[in-house]
Amino acid sequence: MLKARIIGLSALLLLSACGGAGETDPGGGGAASGVKNETAGITDTSIVIGTHQPLTGPAASGYASISAGSRAVYSYVNDAGGINGRKIDYRVEDDGYNPTKTVEVVKKLVLQDQVFAVVGGLGTPTHSKVLDFLTAEGVPDVLVSSGALAWDDPAARPMTYGFQVDYTRESKILGKYVKKNLAGKKVGVLYQNDDVGRDAQAGLDQFVKDAVVSRQPYDSANTDVLPQLTALKGAGAEVVVCECVPAFTALAVLTSARLGYKPQFVVNSIGADTRTLSGLLSAFSKQAGAEVSPSALLTGMIGAGYLPGVDTDDPWITLFKEIHQRYIPDVPLTNTLVSGMAQAYTFAQAVKLAGRDLTRSKLLEAMSSGSLSGPGMTPFAFSKDSHAGYTGAFVFTVSPDLTPKVVQEPMVTDRGTGPITAAPTARRTPAEVALVG
Amino acid sequence: MVSQEEIQAAESRAGGIRSGRAPRRAALPPLVRHLLWALLAFAVVVAVSSVVDPFTNVRVATVGYLLLAAAGLTVLTGLTGQVSLGHGAFLFVGAYTVALLVTHVPSLPFWADLLIAAAVSGVAGVLTGAAAARLHGPYLAGATLALAVGLPAITQRFPDFLGGSNGLGFTVNSMPAGLDVPTTRWQAWVVWATVLLGMVVLANITSGRVGREMRAVRDDEVSAALAGIRVGRTKVLAFLVSAVCGGLAGGLQAFLLGTAAPGSFTPALSLTLLAAVVLGGVGSLWGALWGALALVALQAGAEELAHGLSLRTDVANFLPLAIFGVVLIVVVLVLPQGIHGLLRKIPLRRRKDSHVEG
Repeated sequence: MLKARIIGLSALLLLSACGGAGETDPGGGGAASGVKNETAGITDTSIVIGTHQPLTGPAASGYASISAGSRAVYSYVNDAGGINGRKIDYRVEDDGYNPTKTVEVVKKLVLQDQVFAVVGGLGTPTHSKVLDFLTAEGVPDVLVSSGALAWDDPAARPMTYGFQVDYTRESKILGKYVKKNLAGKKVGVLYQNDDVGRDAQAGLDQFVKDAVVSRQPYDSANTDVLPQLTALKGAGAEVVVCECVPAFTALAVLTSARLGYKPQFVVNSIGADTRTLSGLLSAFSKQAGAEVSPSALLTGMIGAGYLPGVDTDDPWITLFKEIHQRYIPDVPLTNTLVSGMAQAYTFAQAVKLAGRDLTRSKLLEAMSSGSLSGPGMTPFAFSKDSHAGYTGAFVFTVSPDLTPKVVQEPMVTDRGTGPITAAPTARRTPAEVALVG
Repeated sequence: MVSQEEIQAAESRAGGIRSGRAPRRAALPPLVRHLLWALLAFAVVVAVSSVVDPFTNVRVATVGYLLLAAAGLTVLTGLTGQVSLGHGAFLFVGAYTVALLVTHVPSLPFWADLLIAAAVSGVAGVLTGAAAARLHGPYLAGATLALAVGLPAITQRFPDFLGGSNGLGFTVNSMPAGLDVPTTRWQAWVVWATVLLGMVVLANITSGRVGREMRAVRDDEVSAALAGIRVGRTKVLAFLVSAVCGGLAGGLQAFLLGTAAPGSFTPALSLTLLAAVVLGGVGSLWGALWGALALVALQAGAEELAHGLSLRTDVANFLPLAIFGVVLIVVVLVLPQGIHGLLRKIPLRRRKDSHVEG
């Protein structure tokens, strides 16, 4: 009797899942490639959008302010009447930079809150786990807050669009800069052991592969980078290229100071916001019971950036400072905060471009129309064939007063082995974009 | 850990079994009875999953795998008296086994992945049990806690194979062709079908000779040994059973979320599972159900509350944890036998012994 039942149940299970668990369903291809529920999350007066952000956990110290910046811009847009009469309802879910939690909260946003789009989901390890889900559900997934190449795959991921300059592009630009200006020096690489490090080294190695003496990975869950810095010091690296998030740039700088090791740090854009770094350095050293001078530690550091710096008098920064003053004066104004603002502004612009009869398809058309241009120092790559965001970066060094000094004007390039060229100097101003009013 | 009251209750239950089952139920053998209960439960799940929205189905499925994990822990801690703070490690093993199989052996059907995950975590359970069977009380708790802390760290040792702290991402294709139900509903069915089968096996184990031996070992090892029970073997068996349940639960979690990452298998998970068992009622498989339900419901309720009160994010994020802590303290103070202990005292109860705990 027992045997018969077990056999019966096994047969049932067998029947219910005859395909391989890891194989993609050949018949379901059509369902996975298009927009679904065109008007989910939209009424005549509102648009519900959602995002996942590390408000707690290891990455929170650098990134928790991004959604605050975005929210301020949406408030600014809403107070001016919204976009085509629709106010933006921005739902922020905390995932703690934990991929499992990301899956949960994104499912909640899509299935329960029924968001129109996921905007600016933050993080490579986190966001990569919801790509399949968002593609299958046909939810626009735009302006991902990460520079991994994975977001730029229009054929397999028609819903997903990047935002910031990808790690390969900016590392090509940094690599070329190092090769030219720090010629003959031994180079060490400290990289986050995921797409960040992989994609960045693909760009860096096009220029400085022969000069690299040591490559050290770090894991974002382990905040002890002493072994890595010791190894870089031991290998005699005079330049340390840091492909790190802000918390780990700060840890690397602090740890090398502890070792009495003074390499020239070269940091990619995600980890090179000096104001954020300065705050982190103070916080970390206070935890350890020491006082450090962020200025002494950061002066001379080389970094990349793709948005106008908060210390410039760029017209975009003037606008963002106004918004900051009006909505979130208590949150420190950093480049990280500005990136959240730029992202929200770009999304609002795409919604406006999509027109009054908003649908998910129209939003995606607007994204790939090539008409988006915004706060960034270089153009977007957005087109039918590319879902990559900004196409390049400028290079700066940190001055003693912690302001970045641009040492190489914005350059643009592709994600492959193409040449690096000067970026067009003409950029649209907020007045020309005329988002509100 | 185990109160005097609980021991007496267990003795009376054990006595009840020794003196023969109530004649009116003797007609149905336990396995059939448990299977009928499982079928009924599955019908309820199918009915519930068909009326609720897709995201609630995710929560329904979450209750399912937490139930299985908590039930396994109940067998180990509640029935055999071995306090484990490392149960999350077995979920980790199960989740990564499924993740690796889906990624590297895509042609295997999902049920085979689950069976292999159960087997692998069973092996891990036997090894842990063999090492831990000599330890008691806080030493055992410490050793198992070390497992929960240490095991997920191997993902950092082999970042290329196990994905480091990013974990692994994949999509499990399990829906038979031609069946057209929403994905999350189907997932809830798969999870609950597996969980209920597991529960049937657990109910049979615990209501039979093995269950009596486990309780005997829990209550007094020396007496149990004198009565001819092989204490060490019984303990290892309890670890095996609980690890298989944990592994299956982890595999189901991986299936549900399409990801396996070390961040979800922190020591906090192990402690939460133990808290769920205590909350539901130590020593009864029903308690595992109440505990799992409470975990999910409190989390969902607290989130709604936090959103409703528009609390600041740093407050809102810790509200579920705070509420769960308060509820746990209150339950331990007021109802030392957990939610199930309370339900058993209600006069409307169907009978003296619950079906599952035997």
